[in-house]
Amino acid sequence: MHNKTIAQLAAGLRAGEYSSQELTRAILDRIARLDGRLNSFITVSDELALEQARLADQRLAAGEAGPLTGIPVAQKDIFCSDGVLTTCGSRMLENFVAPYDATVVERFNAAGAVLAGKTNMDEFAMGSSNETSYYDPVRNPWNTDTVPGGSSGGSAAAVAARLVPGSTGTDTGGSIRQPAALCGITGLKPTYGRVSRYGMIAFASSLDQAGPLARSAEDAAILLGAMAGFDERDSTSIEHPVPDYTATLANDLKGLKVGLPREYFSVGLDSEVGKAVEAAIDEYKRIGVEMVDISLPNTHLAVPAYYVVAPAECSSNLSRFDGVRFGHRCDNPKDLEDLYKRSRGEGFGPEVKRRIMIGTYALSAGYYDAYYLKAQKVRRLISDDFRQAFEQVDVIMGPTSPSVAFKLGERTDDPITMYLSDIYTIAVNLAGLPGMSIPAGFANQLPVGLQIIGNYFDEARLLNVAHQFQQVTDYHQQIPVGFE
Amino acid sequence: MSLDKTDVNKIAHLARLDIAAPDIDVYASNLSSILDLVAQMNSVDTDAVTPMAHPTDAVQRLREDKVTAVDQREKFQAIAPQVDAGLYLVPKVIE
Amino acid sequence: MQWETVIGLEIHTQLATRSKIFSGASTAYGAAPNTQACAVDLGLPGVLPVLNGEVVNMAIKFGLAINAEVAPLSVFARKNYFYPDLPKGYQISQYELPIVGKGEVTIELDDGSSKVIGVTRAHLEEDAGKSLHEDFHGMTGIDLNRAGTPLLEIVSEPDMCSAQEAVAYMKKIHSLVRYLEISDGNMQEGSFRCDANVSVRPKGQQKLGTRTELKNINSFRFVERAIEFEVERQIDLLEDGGKVVQETRLYDPAKGETRSMRSKEEAMDYRYFPDPDLLPVEITTEHIERIRATLPELPDAKRTRFVSAYGLSDDDAGFLTASRDVAAYYEQVVAEAGDARLAANWVRGELAGYLNRENTEINDSPVSAAMLAGLIKRIQDNTISGKIAKDVFEGMWQGEGDADAIIESKGLRQITDSGALEALVDEVIANNPEQVEQFRAGKDKVLGFFVGQIMKATHGKANPGQINALLRKKLSD
Repeated sequence: MHNKTIAQLAAGLRAGEYSSQELTRAILDRIARLDGRLNSFITVSDELALEQARLADQRLAAGEAGPLTGIPVAQKDIFCSDGVLTTCGSRMLENFVAPYDATVVERFNAAGAVLAGKTNMDEFAMGSSNETSYYDPVRNPWNTDTVPGGSSGGSAAAVAARLVPGSTGTDTGGSIRQPAALCGITGLKPTYGRVSRYGMIAFASSLDQAGPLARSAEDAAILLGAMAGFDERDSTSIEHPVPDYTATLANDLKGLKVGLPREYFSVGLDSEVGKAVEAAIDEYKRIGVEMVDISLPNTHLAVPAYYVVAPAECSSNLSRFDGVRFGHRCDNPKDLEDLYKRSRGEGFGPEVKRRIMIGTYALSAGYYDAYYLKAQKVRRLISDDFRQAFEQVDVIMGPTSPSVAFKLGERTDDPITMYLSDIYTIAVNLAGLPGMSIPAGFANQLPVGLQIIGNYFDEARLLNVAHQFQQVTDYHQQIPVGFE
Repeated sequence: MSLDKTDVNKIAHLARLDIAAPDIDVYASNLSSILDLVAQMNSVDTDAVTPMAHPTDAVQRLREDKVTAVDQREKFQAIAPQVDAGLYLVPKVIE
Repeated sequence: MQWETVIGLEIHTQLATRSKIFSGASTAYGAAPNTQACAVDLGLPGVLPVLNGEVVNMAIKFGLAINAEVAPLSVFARKNYFYPDLPKGYQISQYELPIVGKGEVTIELDDGSSKVIGVTRAHLEEDAGKSLHEDFHGMTGIDLNRAGTPLLEIVSEPDMCSAQEAVAYMKKIHSLVRYLEISDGNMQEGSFRCDANVSVRPKGQQKLGTRTELKNINSFRFVERAIEFEVERQIDLLEDGGKVVQETRLYDPAKGETRSMRSKEEAMDYRYFPDPDLLPVEITTEHIERIRATLPELPDAKRTRFVSAYGLSDDDAGFLTASRDVAAYYEQVVAEAGDARLAANWVRGELAGYLNRENTEINDSPVSAAMLAGLIKRIQDNTISGKIAKDVFEGMWQGEGDADAIIESKGLRQITDSGALEALVDEVIANNPEQVEQFRAGKDKVLGFFVGQIMKATHGKANPGQINALLRKKLSD
């Protein structure tokens, strides 16, 4: 059962081949049996899952089932889920049982999906390897000595290892796409505003966006259909109709114009990764796609601007974790300042502290213009690059990550090298565009991701482009050894 | 841009973060290298560029003035570190 | 040395919305602690703010009322600092682009002159919660019911040069927000409070002196006292060769003095930046016009109209228009009773006196406008005298019924039957031969004695004019 896609499982459920309770039990057993190798879950919500499965079976029996009814999915532990531990990968929220549901969780519940559990992640989504989690790193199922990428590393590893058919992630600078690439699965970061941020613990509010991780573009389309939509509780949510993302998957790509930004194929790109991406591009040419060389001249400024904007917003967003109303509180505070400093000092790990401090510094008196304002202007330049590019092409393609999965511990002492893991993904967040990563082959036996970037609200086209590739390739169907 | 111990202590205080004394140097060095990375922004002239605060051009939606929330104090305070008589407790605040 | 005082005020007025500025929690006053603090107000992880449209409408109203530009695009920013009554660790406020720009109001001074005070800006923000310092196991208790209540912060230019001007300005703004019905202006409940920036400089000097900020003053009287104390303190300090330190000071009403707030001594670095959870607020011309159409007649215009339409003195008109409710009450009395001057005297005199003594708002007055008009009509038609009318008024205040009912039940109708009065006059003259002699000897004052006797006999119901005339006639016979 675990090797079936969401689309196949939904058909099986509806045909009565198995019940959601049977499916859920199988999934929970598999997690219990295999996740010790990966550590992809922080919480497995057995009881809740079985109860939801029971209700899903009733809906199925009553003929009221939707495409996700009875399907077990995993939520990144950044989404608040009522009555379920929600840690955000941090010691700060070690005991935080969320008192309400995030909109994304609410939508999955409404669709009748089953919450299998909450997945491990970099602390407060700050990281590119899942090594900043307070709950120990996640391991990549393709090689457990390597990282799964981050910050949605648990969600990516769980899907890659066939522990769950689909999961959710969030992407602030590449946190869906990069782990999807490193784990050999399909991940989509939607247009900013497409999926509600309500109840998703904020890292950088103007960059954060939730999206699906799945084994195929078709499954990603089903998951996105459930997640996307206007939410009056999120001021940045956009009232834009949600199409049926599965309806256009089969569209022919003949005549599609794809831009290849030369900046994405230069310094820093691992040559083996480069070869796999080139091969994928050739595959697209064979199915009638037209490749156009383009330039995104300010690409090199994306990482620098991001490391001002994201830390600045995070420094403010994380101020609410003060040991007063929820979360970690230090023992015996001697005064208010001691309460704040020790609760926060103990509750946050080093990477979170680094980013809070960078952000605090960038916003402080006398530095605002040089850092924050400057970064906002660079952000405009980067966004304008994409605007111009989309006047010539329909989508943009390139590598998702400059390298395949790297060894655990290899980059933990060097934040800068770690930050450059997101060199190709960050610009998309700054511009607010949708982007995808799909499996595009292997380098050194590890998966390579192809990134596809679309224009605003063009998720349906991205999924179509990805799906067509998956009709002529089988990279997405490869299974890591030991997880067959 | 290089930050020294004093800078780090000042920032840590502003951000209310307790940093162990032996770690201050490591933070100073890490933060300085991040600021060096960030300084690459200065390679481009942005004098005529309008800052971009949001990825979209949308404007603020206005909510109807309606009371929609119900009292959930008990549920919310169940996860609080210290409460009494419905109040959140903190060490004495001196005005 | 001659000193000159420079004062600017920052007034925080709570906007009278049902729900909070960024959440659907109620703003009602006086609920049990933290029962009106929802997930958004508590700053729970993951929650987001959505702006209350009514708050925007109210800010527009205020902007129009002070002739200010309403910003076509305004931006919410985060003001970052740690304090236990500030759940998110930042206050959502407006910084660089406030919703209301430069405007002005005119204040009237005691000497009858008026002065224009500039308003620099007015911006929207959320209020913080409350710290309760009573002993909770030696700790401070935090109630976040007030967190997220909408505030309009109105910042004046440093245009005032005395405590009296500051009070006049504060009263003017208070009157305006109540006219506009954007705030209840309740100072006891903290709906209307102000911070005062005060500095002094030698007379004639251009450069401003070092200022101090007096925090959280919540009554007109305290504003006056706090500023007066602070001005004196600064002058004493400077004359003794000392220096004023730029700092925040708290006014202590019990001691009548200001003192330094040590807890705020640390230089604040608020790290303002645009709130990424909120988008720019766009206000179209159509929106502004829609709001303009709902504006009531404002105090200045009403005052001018009262002078011209009712023939009132500027002072009376000023009194009667300071509050929209008083003005409405007055106009109803005039509409029913006709005599605008007499109505003004009664509203400003007897009614205001009772309201003040009994600490009652005019809308809660037991004597309604219709009742007062009914009383005035009985004065006009000579049913009762002005003096008896005061007794009738008291009866109405005590809930004994309307004027006619009280006049009837107590038999207060003036005796206008000249036959009956003549008999009385004859009787008094006959019973007091001594006083008659005195009068006839030229002692005119004795007339008062006779009037008194008759009033006594009639329980005040005789018409004094009529008695006077009768007495003179009879006594000179």
